[in-house]
Amino acid sequence: MAQHAPQPQFSPDAHPDRGTIRVVNEQPDIDAAHNRVIGAVERHNYPKASIFALKLSLHEALMNAFKHGHKELPTNVPITLHFVVDDAKVLMEIEDQGPGFNPDDVPDPTLEENIERGSGRGLLLIKAYMSKVEYNKRGNKLTMVYQRPKA
Amino acid sequence: MPPTESRIRVKRVDSVTQVEFLDRNILDEANIQVIGQEIEQLIQSEPNPRLLISFSGVEHLSSAALGTLIQVNNHVRNRNGQLRLANIDPQIYEVFVITRLNKLFSIHGTADEALKSFTK
Repeated sequence: MAQHAPQPQFSPDAHPDRGTIRVVNEQPDIDAAHNRVIGAVERHNYPKASIFALKLSLHEALMNAFKHGHKELPTNVPITLHFVVDDAKVLMEIEDQGPGFNPDDVPDPTLEENIERGSGRGLLLIKAYMSKVEYNKRGNKLTMVYQRPKA
Repeated sequence: MPPTESRIRVKRVDSVTQVEFLDRNILDEANIQVIGQEIEQLIQSEPNPRLLISFSGVEHLSSAALGTLIQVNNHVRNRNGQLRLANIDPQIYEVFVITRLNKLFSIHGTADEALKSFTK
């Protein structure tokens, strides 16, 4: 009897360059989401520096959502990652189910008095590398847009 | 299950403890915790530790890894030791520049340059 083919991780009609993924705070889930988005970026032949920027920003955004947004929630509560990749830009939206926060309340980690503090550095890196970074009013949904650099 | 095997390679050059990473990506929080604990043991194992951390082969580094490096720096300082960083890929060096941590750490192009910079 023929063996069943392994179940695809995502539905067969899912478009490889865009999608909405639910991710829980477990390494295999995080890796799978990462591979899906960065895989699409690589297929669109973004330069090495862009891939570095996008990998880091996605990682930092996911960690912020889990560590801060979901601080009071069980680890099996998923965040939602929505992404669209085309030749001109990459859109990544990460929505957590936490209460939200005011990004203006995060102390500037580059100030001398804060340089040894633990927090704020992830968001600083995201803002440095992404073309557009926006939180919704509640502060539980981060939208990041990366424009392909001009050749 | 969290990884428990070593994530670093350690060698001794003169009186300097040289650390290299086994991972190309230092992103996974569990791995970063193990790395922090392993380096902490090295710091605590001698007075006035002279520690050189080489980033040879490292391609990605998260803000959590930077946080661990800041702790390492503090603990080395508390024991009147010296910390040097070397062999940082230009893209990762940019991460240090954006976060201004290039001002906090003593960063050198190569391990040899870093070794020469330790004061007796």
